[in-house]
Amino acid sequence: MHNFTYHAANSVADAAAKVADGEDAVLMAGGMTLLPTLKQRLAQPSDIIDLAGVAGLSGIRVEGGTVTVGAMTTHDTVANSSEVAAAIPALAAVAGHIGDPQVRNRGTIGGSIANNDPAADYPAALVGLGATVCTNRREIAAGDFFTSMFETALDEGEIVTSVRFPAPETAAYMKFPNPASRYAIVGVFVARTTGGSVRVAVTGAAGCVYRETAMETALEGDFSPAALDGMTASADDLNEDIHASAEYRAHLVGVMARRAVAACG
Amino acid sequence: MAKHHISTTINGEPVEFLCNTEQTMLDVLRDELHLTGTKEGCATGDCGACSITVDGRLVCACLMLGVEAEGHAVETIEGMADGDKLHPLQQKFLEYAALQCGICTPGFLIASKALLEHNPDPTEEEARYWLAGNLCRCTGYDKIIRAVLDTAADMRGAS
Repeated sequence: MHNFTYHAANSVADAAAKVADGEDAVLMAGGMTLLPTLKQRLAQPSDIIDLAGVAGLSGIRVEGGTVTVGAMTTHDTVANSSEVAAAIPALAAVAGHIGDPQVRNRGTIGGSIANNDPAADYPAALVGLGATVCTNRREIAAGDFFTSMFETALDEGEIVTSVRFPAPETAAYMKFPNPASRYAIVGVFVARTTGGSVRVAVTGAAGCVYRETAMETALEGDFSPAALDGMTASADDLNEDIHASAEYRAHLVGVMARRAVAACG
Repeated sequence: MAKHHISTTINGEPVEFLCNTEQTMLDVLRDELHLTGTKEGCATGDCGACSITVDGRLVCACLMLGVEAEGHAVETIEGMADGDKLHPLQQKFLEYAALQCGICTPGFLIASKALLEHNPDPTEEEARYWLAGNLCRCTGYDKIIRAVLDTAADMRGAS
C-alpha cells in the first residue's frame, strides 16, 4: 500500500468536509474492495475517510411496506435480520450469499453500490425491487443510479446514507456464482409488485446491471417459468472472460430468470 | 509521517501499539506485536488464513487497517488455548488430523470457534456455509468439518 492519511469521520457532514478538503480523498465503507485495490497499488488516494464510526448510518427500519437499510449496514446484518426476512426475504437471501462470512461481517450495502462492481449482487436487488438510493444531497432511483462499470450517478463528494426498498408481492434472486470468489457470473433478480408489474434485473452478465425488458413483458402476461421458455439474453455486449463466454452468460440469464420465477412460487 | 497510537484489547489484555496508516491489522499483529500465529495467505481476503475476530465478529486481518482497531476487542489464535490446555477444537483437529501443512489451521480454528459461539449445534451444511471463507489445499475439508461437528457435540454434552 502507498501511504495515505487516515481520518475517522464522526458524521456525514464531517465526512463530506474531509472529502472536499483532501487532494484525492476516498471514502471507506467496509473496505472489502478498497483495501485489496490499495494493496495491489491500483489506487493511490491522498486520504481515506472511514465511515465506520459515523452514528446513524447503520441499521434497518421497516415501516409499512418499506425497508430502509442504512448505508453502513453490513451484509451479515441484512442477511440475519428477522425484519428483512419477513418483509423482503429475497433481500436477506441476496445479502446472505455475498462473498463469505469474513466479507459479510465488514462489507456494507453503501460500499457495495457505490463501487458498482459489474458482478456484485446488490445492484440487481436494488434495480429489481425499484429501490431508492438516499444520499446526503438527494434521492436517486436505482434505475438511474448504476450508470456503467464501476460508475454511478454519485457526484464528487456525495455520500450514500441509506437505501429504501418497497416490499414486492414476491421476489427471488438466483445466482450462478464463481465458485472461488462467489461473485455472480450471472445473477438474476425477479420481482413482481402488487400492481402486477415485473422487473427482471441482471448482474454479472454485462458491464453494469440492466433489465431484461422482453422477459418482464412476458412475465407480466404470465408469471410462470414457462413464459420464459426459449427466451435468452442477447450475447451482444455481454462480458467474456476465462470463466464464461458471452454466449454462455446469455444462456445463463434465461436459466437463472426461470429459476428465479420458479422460486417466487 | 507520524505513527498512530492505537489502544485496543487483544485476547483480553489491554494493548497499545504504534502503526503507520498503510499497515494492516495483520501486519501489526505479526510485525509489531510478534503474534505470528495469524498467517498471511492470499493477502486479498479470499483465503481466510488471517481470520481473527473483532468484537466477536469474524474478519480477515489482511483487509483491516491497524488504525481501525482503536477501541475494539481483537481475538487471535494465541488466545485460544488456556495455557497448556488446548481448546476442544484444537484437540479435535489433532485427533482427526484435520490439517497437514498447517497454514490455514489458525484461521479455520478461529472461524470454527466463532461458528460454535454463534451456533452450538450446526448442521454439516451450516458448518460448510460458515467456513466457506477459509480455504484449505491439503485436507479436502472433510476432516475439518467432521472435527468441528464432533467438537460441537462434545461441547454440548459438557455444558
